[in-house]
Amino acid sequence: MKDVPYISRPNRPLGVYAILYLAFLYIPVLFLPLFSFNDSLFIAFPLRGFTTNWYQQMLADEQMHAALMNSIKVGAASSVIATILGVFGAKAVTRFRMPGQKPVVAVIMLPLVIPEIILGVALLILLSRLGIPLSLYTITLGHILICVPFSMATLITRFEGFDKSMEEAAADLGDNAWWAFWRVTVPMVFPGILASLLLCFTISFDEFIMAFFLASTEPTLPIFIWGQLRFPQKLPSVLALGACILVISFVVVFFSQWLSRRGTSALPEAGV
Amino acid sequence: MATNNAYIRIEQVSKRFGSVVAVDQVDVSIAGGEFFSLLGASGCGKTTLLRMLAGFESPTSGEIYIDGAAMSGVPPHKRPTNMVFQNYAIFPHLNVHRNIAYGLRSERVTGKEAIKRVDEALELVKLQGFGDRRSNELSGGQRQRVALARALIRRPKVLLLDEPLGALDKKLREEMQLELRALQQSLNITFIFVTHDQEEAMALSDRIAVMSGGKTLQISTPKKIYNNPVNAEVANFIGQMNFLDASVVGLANGEALLDVAGWGRLKVSSRAEYLRCGANVLAAIRPEKLRLSDRRPADSENCVQGVIEAAAYLGDRSHFHVAVEGNDKPIAVAAQEVRVSPGESLDRGSRVWISWASDSLILLDKAEK
Repeated sequence: MKDVPYISRPNRPLGVYAILYLAFLYIPVLFLPLFSFNDSLFIAFPLRGFTTNWYQQMLADEQMHAALMNSIKVGAASSVIATILGVFGAKAVTRFRMPGQKPVVAVIMLPLVIPEIILGVALLILLSRLGIPLSLYTITLGHILICVPFSMATLITRFEGFDKSMEEAAADLGDNAWWAFWRVTVPMVFPGILASLLLCFTISFDEFIMAFFLASTEPTLPIFIWGQLRFPQKLPSVLALGACILVISFVVVFFSQWLSRRGTSALPEAGV
Repeated sequence: MATNNAYIRIEQVSKRFGSVVAVDQVDVSIAGGEFFSLLGASGCGKTTLLRMLAGFESPTSGEIYIDGAAMSGVPPHKRPTNMVFQNYAIFPHLNVHRNIAYGLRSERVTGKEAIKRVDEALELVKLQGFGDRRSNELSGGQRQRVALARALIRRPKVLLLDEPLGALDKKLREEMQLELRALQQSLNITFIFVTHDQEEAMALSDRIAVMSGGKTLQISTPKKIYNNPVNAEVANFIGQMNFLDASVVGLANGEALLDVAGWGRLKVSSRAEYLRCGANVLAAIRPEKLRLSDRRPADSENCVQGVIEAAAYLGDRSHFHVAVEGNDKPIAVAAQEVRVSPGESLDRGSRVWISWASDSLILLDKAEK
């Protein structure tokens, strides 16, 4: 132990703190998969035995499937649009100097700190004033609003991480702005684009408040689940669904983190 | 340089960044096939000038002509120039072959012809067989060669090089200098080379523009800049120089008689026609033009006595700092051999005689130091 540098010596109180911290974060979440396999309508100890009934019930629920599809549609559309906006926004912020740049960036990032309930109510009022009926499109609109800052933040680090002279070299070698963007900028920020897509999709997928205000008769999955809580006999299948979402979200977030940390050098080759 | 065969003309070009003047009314004419260097310390405006030639910056005022065509408003991708970037800017997502072939898209060269062109370029920079390597599998020298091949494959009329050898170690740098010069001569295209390394500029260039504070101080051949610098700044930047405060006490037959504190009266022939009696000037002499001996040399009328303050043995030559009475700064002497009596050596504290040939002393205007 003596030869370990002072700064990296193990610290027992900190270790205990770390374990408590992780327990606080994840033990409640782990009850979800645990009770989803419990052979009882009631969520209570002791456990009553193993069953996959709730999963079968979940798979048979047509309304749940419709809600799931709605969420996937909204998530896909809002993540793609938010990421496209994020790419151009991040490029503008990192590559050009324009008057009023800092205030503009601050305004773009604002939805990060504005409570979603305020954004939701504001959008609802605006849409009804404009006479636009609520639908999956209005939910998508709301989700784009809250996803763009996350997309920008992810992509700005990516743009800052590569040398501007790469784009200049592309221009020097005969590419106009669009070709240079397509052949150099996009491949260079590609891991950031993927990370942004995954991040925005997860944000949209579990977003409740905006969707609640902006939904019509077609619910997204969180709204559907919230509706199901009124029926006790449906609760275990909601747990089963929750467990599935938990696993998928974990995989997706893990994958997006891994992507955004990966160096560009290991990228697949794109373009000519 | 006569302007009628000038291939590139930079006319009254200035560039401001806010309140900073990076390039200040520069006039340069560069001939086709010339190896031209922009030399100066960092921040002197040399890179900005190069970037204006490439089209990455546009001049605040003035105009650049390449092959007779005005370049203002012409974007980088439409200019007859290509650039080797300081950090090489090799595309990390492409292998060597695709990096080099990058510039062929806009020339609509594809298929077998493209492969042939890339192979030629690889051969030119001696990287045959490296086409499949990824950029992170290349050494600094190889990256430099890829950057060169990628620029040359477009057969530019002008190649711009932004301190391309700066990142290489000394030995490799000297090797690449010879190769670059040979390449430039065999391709017969104009090279514009930015560097802060005066030896590199001297070794490579047909002509050098010495820059400082956004202005060109002197544009001439390496020999002329070294032997006849226009002012003390140029003299100091290109190699080392001893400066002596002097006043003119007599003028006759194109020669000036100077009074130098501690050195007595010295005769100088250069630029004598500009002088008048009583003017304060600088007399300057290169360290390697001075000789040291431990007794008064009989064969030279120009000599002065001093005491060695410091001595450094560098193998092929020795450097001495000699304190001479009447001078604030010690005199630098670079000697390949010293004339000493048998059994003597020149060390710290030795009394020595410094001597020189009359024609190695040059005269500079005082105000410009």
